Amino acid sequence: MSTLIDGSEASLRKFLDTLPGVDKVGADQRAATLATRSIKTSSKSWAIDMAIQMVDLTTLEGADTEGKVRALCAKAVHPDPRDFSVPSVGAVCVYNDLVRIARENLDLNGGSHIPVAAVTTAFPSGRASLKVKLQDTQDALTDGATEIDMVIDRGAFLSGKLGLVFDEIKAVKEVCGNRAHLKVILETGELVTYDNVRKASFIAMLAGADFIKTSTGKVSPAATPPVVLVMLEAVRDYYLQSGIHIGVKAAGGIRTTKDAIKLLVLVNEIAGPEWLNPQLFRIGASGLLNDLLLQRMKLATGYYSSSNYVTLD
Amino acid sequence: MSKSPFEYAPAPESRAVVSIKSQYGLFINGAWVEPKTKNKFATINPANEEVLSKISQASDSDVDRAVKAARDAFTKTWSKMPARERGKYLYRIARIMQERAREFAVLETLDNGKPIRESRDVDIPLAAAHFFYHAGWADKLEYAGLGANPKPHGVVGQIIPWNFPLLMLAWKIAPAIATGNTVVLKPAETTPLTALLFAEVCQQADLPAGVVNIITGDGATGAALVKHPGIDKIAFTGSTGVGKLIARSIAISGKSATLELGGKAANVVFDDAPIDEAIEGIVNGIFFNQGHVCCAGSRLIVQENIHDEVLEKLKRRMSLIRVGDPLDKNTDLGAINSAEQLAKIKELSISGDAEGAFRWSPDCVLPSKGFWFAPTIFTGVTQAHRIAREEIFGPVLSILTFRTPQEAIEKANNTPFGLSAGVWSEKGSRILWASKALKAGVIWANTFNKFDPASPFGGYKESGWGREGGRHGLAAYLKGAK
Repeated sequence: MSTLIDGSEASLRKFLDTLPGVDKVGADQRAATLATRSIKTSSKSWAIDMAIQMVDLTTLEGADTEGKVRALCAKAVHPDPRDFSVPSVGAVCVYNDLVRIARENLDLNGGSHIPVAAVTTAFPSGRASLKVKLQDTQDALTDGATEIDMVIDRGAFLSGKLGLVFDEIKAVKEVCGNRAHLKVILETGELVTYDNVRKASFIAMLAGADFIKTSTGKVSPAATPPVVLVMLEAVRDYYLQSGIHIGVKAAGGIRTTKDAIKLLVLVNEIAGPEWLNPQLFRIGASGLLNDLLLQRMKLATGYYSSSNYVTLD
Repeated sequence: MSKSPFEYAPAPESRAVVSIKSQYGLFINGAWVEPKTKNKFATINPANEEVLSKISQASDSDVDRAVKAARDAFTKTWSKMPARERGKYLYRIARIMQERAREFAVLETLDNGKPIRESRDVDIPLAAAHFFYHAGWADKLEYAGLGANPKPHGVVGQIIPWNFPLLMLAWKIAPAIATGNTVVLKPAETTPLTALLFAEVCQQADLPAGVVNIITGDGATGAALVKHPGIDKIAFTGSTGVGKLIARSIAISGKSATLELGGKAANVVFDDAPIDEAIEGIVNGIFFNQGHVCCAGSRLIVQENIHDEVLEKLKRRMSLIRVGDPLDKNTDLGAINSAEQLAKIKELSISGDAEGAFRWSPDCVLPSKGFWFAPTIFTGVTQAHRIAREEIFGPVLSILTFRTPQEAIEKANNTPFGLSAGVWSEKGSRILWASKALKAGVIWANTFNKFDPASPFGGYKESGWGREGGRHGLAAYLKGAK
C-alpha cells in the first residue's frame, strides 16, 4: 500500500477527490493526434523488437489444453524458429490451472527467464468471495506464477464501494508478497468513462499494484488508445507524487504491428521514455506476435511473407 | 525526462506530388495573363530560404482588368445563372480540392512553413469543407433568415493573410460565390502558391471566366484593390493596422466591408479544469501553426493555486514538441513564415525579457537555414507588459494568474482585441457564466482552435467587423441582409 494515504476509505476518497477530471473529447483527440506519428525504418525496427519483448503471450480459453500451452511456450522463447535473433516475449499468460505446465515447458525450451503470468481472482468476472479469490491467487503462486493478473470488482466500483475495491487489491497484494508482480485489471470496457478509468487506476496503485492493466480481453471495447493514454497519465502522475514507477499493460484488441507501435508512441510521449521497457509496459495479446514477426521479416528482406512463414500457436 | 531510445526516424512527405512553375502570371477572366509592368518577386520556402517561384506584381491597371472581368462575369453570367447551377460549381470545386488534397497540402507546407501534419489534417480538409458547406446554401438563401430575396453585392475584393493561405481563400471565396458575387482575390505576398493552384482548380471545374480572379502582389496591389471604384465590398483578413487603413480608405465610399483582424486571446484555466486536456489546449492554442493564428491563445490566465502544477506539466509537454522540417510527418512546429515576422517575434520577446518577465524554452536544435523560433513561454507576466498586450503572432505564450473568477474575466477582457477566448473548467455553470462575461467573438469551452464552416467566426472591438462562416457569414455577402 502506498504511503500517500493511511489505508482508510476516508483517506482514499480524499485522495481521489484531488484528481482532475478527464475531458473525453480532448483525451480522444490527443490519442488520435499521436496515432498520426509516422514510424519508419530504424525506429520501426526498434519498435518491433521492443514490442515483441513486451508481449504477454496469452491463451485464456475454456478449450485450453496442455498441448496448446506447450506450443505457446515454445513460441514464447523463440518466436521465429528460423531466426534466433528475435527476442523472447515478456511473459506467458494462462489460467491458473495451467501455470505448472507453462512453467515446465518454458524451462524445458530454455525459457527459464520468461515469467508465467496467471489470471486469478475469478477471472474474468471477479464474481466470487474474497476467500476464493485469494485461494485462486495462492494456487497460481504455488504452481510457479511470478506474475498475477487479478481483476477488480467492477460491481463494487460502480456501486461506489471504493474501499472494498481497494481492500481486495490490497489483500491479493499481500498474498503475492514479493513472490509475484501484481497486475490489476480494471476492465475499462465496463468502467466506461475516462474519469472512472483514472480513479480506478489510482485505487489500484495506492493499494499496491505493480502494474495496471486495461482489460481481460473478454469485454469490448478493451485497450483503446485513449484508455491507455489515461492510464499512462495516471502512472506518470503517480510517479511524480510518490517516486514509484508503476507499469501499464494494454490488453485486448491489439492485433497489428501498427496498433502496437501506436501504443509505444503513447508510452514514449505520455508516460515518458522510462516506461519503454518490458518491466514497465506490456501488451497482452496472442495474434499480435505473428504480425510483428511478419513486419520484422518485411523490414529485413523488403518482401512481405505469407502467414505460412509464422507459426500457429 | 531522460532521452528516449525511441527516436523517430525522418518521415518526410514526398515533394514529387507538386509541380511548381518557375513563374506565374495573374489569373484574370479565366486565363493566365502577364502583368502589365512585367514585375516579378520571389516566393520562398521559409524552412530553408529556397526560391520556389517568381510571382507577378499586379499593378493598378492589372487590378482594373481583374475588376472589369469580375464585373462582366457578374452581370453577364453569374447573377443570371440559377442558384442551383451556382451550387454545382462549388460542389465540383470542393471535390477537386479533396482529390488534389495531397498536392495542396505539400504546396502549402512548402510555401508557408507549417507542418505537413497540419496542412494535411486541418487546412486542406477544412478548406474543402467550406466549399461543401456553402455549396449547399447557394440555392437556399431565401431560407437563411436574411429576408425573402437577398441579393449579392456584385464584385467583392478580397485580401487574405499568409497564415492559412488556402483556408482563408476558402473562407472568402466560398461564401462570396455561393451568394452570387464574383471576386478578385489577392493572396499574401509570401504565400501565393496555393491560391494560384486554386486558380487551376477553377479552370478544371469549368467555372465561368471572371467569377474568380486571382491577382498577386504586395500591399500596393491590395491598396489599389480596396480603392478601385468597381468594387462593391471588401473582405479582409490581416492585421489590425491594415484593417484600420482599409476602414479609413473606404469611408463614405458606399463599399461595405468585413474585417477579420488581430487578437490577443485569453485562455482561462480554472482550478477545476481537466488539467491534462487543458495542457493540450494551451499547447494547441499557442503552438498550432507556429502561433500564426489571429485567434491564438497567447495569454494563459491560470488560477494561482494551480499555477505551479500547470507550469510543470506544460514544460514537460513542451519538451515533446518536435521542431524542424515542416515536410516531416512527425513535425509539430514548423518554420516562421518570413524574416520580417521572425524579427517581430524576436523584438517582442526581447521586450518581455527587458520588462521583467521570465522566458523559458525547451532544449531544441533549430535548423541553421530558414526562419525559426523555439516554442517559448513567459512566466511572471503582468497586464502592464507589452507581451501581454500586443499580438506576437508567433509561438510565444504569456502566463498570467488570477485569484477569483471575476478577476480572470476582467484580465481576459482588458485588451483592445476581442476575437476569441478559452475557458477550462469541469463545472458547467462556470463555463456558461464565463462565456457570457468574456467579450470575444468565439469562446471555446474545454477546447481551443476548433473551426467549422457552420460556425460563425469574427471579433469584438479591434478584432474586426462582421462574421465569417455559418448563416451569419452569408449575411456579409448579401445586400440589405441583417
